[in-house]
Amino acid sequence: MSDRYEIRLSGSGGQGMILAGIIMAEAAAIYGDKNAVQSQSYGPESRGGASKAEVIISEGPIDYPKATAIDCMLAMTQEACTKYHHDIKDGGILIVDSDSVKDVPQGGFRVHGFPITSIARDELGKVIVANIVSLGAMTGLTKVVSYESVEQAVLARVPAAFVDLNKKALQRGYELTRDLK
Amino acid sequence: MAQKKKRLLQGNEACVEGALYAGCRFYSGYPITPSTEVAEGMSVRLPKVGGKFIQMEDEIGGIAAAIGGSLAGLKSMTATSGPGFSLKQECIGYACIAEVPLVIVDVMRGGPATGYPTGPSQSDIMAAKWGTHGDHPVIAVTPSSVPEILTETVRAFNLAEKYRTPVMVLYDEIVGHMREPLTIPEPGELEVVDREKATCKPEEYFPYDDRHLVAPLAPFGSGYRFHVTGLNHKQDGFPTNDPKVIDRNNRRIIEKVETDKERIWKNEETALDDAEVAIFTIGSTARSARFAVNELRKSGLKVGLLRPLTIWPFPDAAVAELSKRVNAIVVPELNLGQMVHEVERCARGNCEVEALTRVDGEPITPAQIMHAVRKYL
Amino acid sequence: MSTIAEKKEKVSVPFDYNKYLRPNKLPHIWCPGCGHGIVLKALLRAIDRAGLEKDNICMVSGIGCSSRTPGYVDFNTLHTLHGRAMAFATGVKLAKPELKVIVITGDGDALAIGGNHFIHACRRNIDMTVLVMTNSTYGMTGGQYSPTTPLDAIATTSRYGNIEPPFDACEMARASGATFVARGTAYHTIELERTIHDALVHKGTSIVDVIDACPTYFGRANKYKSATHMMELIEKDGTVNVKQAEKLPPEKLEGKVLRGVLHKVERPEYCEQYENLIMQKAAAKK
Repeated sequence: MSDRYEIRLSGSGGQGMILAGIIMAEAAAIYGDKNAVQSQSYGPESRGGASKAEVIISEGPIDYPKATAIDCMLAMTQEACTKYHHDIKDGGILIVDSDSVKDVPQGGFRVHGFPITSIARDELGKVIVANIVSLGAMTGLTKVVSYESVEQAVLARVPAAFVDLNKKALQRGYELTRDLK
Repeated sequence: MAQKKKRLLQGNEACVEGALYAGCRFYSGYPITPSTEVAEGMSVRLPKVGGKFIQMEDEIGGIAAAIGGSLAGLKSMTATSGPGFSLKQECIGYACIAEVPLVIVDVMRGGPATGYPTGPSQSDIMAAKWGTHGDHPVIAVTPSSVPEILTETVRAFNLAEKYRTPVMVLYDEIVGHMREPLTIPEPGELEVVDREKATCKPEEYFPYDDRHLVAPLAPFGSGYRFHVTGLNHKQDGFPTNDPKVIDRNNRRIIEKVETDKERIWKNEETALDDAEVAIFTIGSTARSARFAVNELRKSGLKVGLLRPLTIWPFPDAAVAELSKRVNAIVVPELNLGQMVHEVERCARGNCEVEALTRVDGEPITPAQIMHAVRKYL
Repeated sequence: MSTIAEKKEKVSVPFDYNKYLRPNKLPHIWCPGCGHGIVLKALLRAIDRAGLEKDNICMVSGIGCSSRTPGYVDFNTLHTLHGRAMAFATGVKLAKPELKVIVITGDGDALAIGGNHFIHACRRNIDMTVLVMTNSTYGMTGGQYSPTTPLDAIATTSRYGNIEPPFDACEMARASGATFVARGTAYHTIELERTIHDALVHKGTSIVDVIDACPTYFGRANKYKSATHMMELIEKDGTVNVKQAEKLPPEKLEGKVLRGVLHKVERPEYCEQYENLIMQKAAAKK
């Protein structure tokens, strides 16, 4: 389907990739005016291993819930990047956490590397918001959902005490892409 | 703000919403992937509405307690997956013969045995029908989207209460774990059926009254003191060795479903009017199939989809009718061929019937279905 | 000690068992010499003494000879699957806590195939009275060895003598958390009635292990001369009341099984905890 926009978020268990996928889907379908389906595949690990979440965004009904030709993929670890990058379509986008992904795959897609984990840990003081930083970057690069929708979705999902931190994390990620097109 | 009600829910969460909407007030189960979110959700929500939740010591206890809860008068549910579904089978038979309304959710994962706990599958279709020994009625519904898990769970409760029989909600891990936007229906928007209550004098009450296909069921503790057993029984519920009574009762519990199956069947047809090839499938695989149909139709290829939302009783009439007007029926399923044999049975050689199977823990893709279908175009 | 007036009353008013029975469902299936009928009578007298209403009693059983009991009594009765009585009963009780739930089960039903449900019901301390009718055999299937069959005993599946050490249902119940644990025998019928009564009025899981030997299978296979002979040896001579035992020297207690209330403590009951803690917390939380 032509207006299907396919996103894959991958990393290791515990990095919040599934939550990031949920937020992206909520930004599109609850806070935006599109349809979205979020799915995931995971192994036995609650922490570690390779995990991925997928989000399909469309103006219309979404039948097949899994990615077929990925428009944008995020890889937070080398293992996930190597394992899951194959379905990125020509002209698609690969966002990698340059702190972890050193061996960047080549293909007909654009690659953007950002030090996502160190930004979260060193600048923002909480490594746990790395997924929100990456969402900011993804929002800036894909423009598939509005920044406002993503922000609303993030804030609805995080505890009150962490609202400011997450706001900052999303903004910081978004800023990374300001000069990129 | 109407938009506010729309939420992104997981399939298993929608199952919880559906159960509560239907009036479920008792849940007992045992944790198992990939159905656990149903138990987790029920444990949070039921006590808020005066309902009861208990995590039992094993899968068998999970369904046994639910049968007890139902006999005490509460709409009851249990949920499980693969190995747990196997363990529950004897109790499913009990609920069939004792005619206890009950909803059993089976979120299908790869098997046999422990198999692939986090991988999707549709390999419990025959287990749902034949898993418990003996002849027995089976109703199973097969939603394929998150909103549909809600509505089909409500329907499962309605069928269970109406026919006094266990009803299964079968969906694969993909549908169970994916998230889609959903607006929870307002009270009154969906039909909710309650079991028929006994109104006669207690001394005239028969829990299996011969005059009915489905007799009213009085809850324990309501003044109707009666007997329930898993043995063959008479209309008063007490065991019998009378061949005539045994025969009549064994046939009746099946007849009550069979004779009403036109009301239990529910099919969705997509682009079947002029189709030369039909796809027959359920759950997440039906989503791949609909994608494939849309793609093939763009090229002018005449392909359609028959998607049963009730897989048991099997949609015999719809498949038989379809088989007379298509060249082939392709049956994609996440197993090594279960529904396909039923389709073949109903098609009676009227058309080609081909299985498209997959058991590697990955979904059947639209591309696979398109490839399989093209052969017959 | 009962007063003269009480004694007089006992003599003058014979107990009306029919009040609680379904007379048209009799005769029962039990063999001549079997103690299950004696236990049932003790149970009915205890129910009467406890003042329980028939409409409010739910009797649940599993599979086996003793599990046929619910068919004969005029309560809400539920004859379930082998081993599952306590799990079904848990559902009934939690769904409708105002019901007095009584479980009738055998030693094979409760301690072998249903062992898991037994220990977890005890752990939860869910309010139900469980009579484990211990006859050390599977009577309904023709006399195989059970989890309480003594070492060396003969059964149709232990023709060379049983090599599996038996369970003690009371020890198991106590270790699992039951708050009332007692033992009686079919022989000591008056004492049994009192014990069952105390179990019925106890709040929480009350387990009564009732030694009730099987003449047809266990008795014949193990060379007991008659049902009464077996009853005397196993139930009368083989047991001693826990209060009497306190006064006896150790050598007199050797090989004897204790009767009476063996364990009784107060602990919050499951359904009450559910209503008082979970439902209230859930209601308070948005």
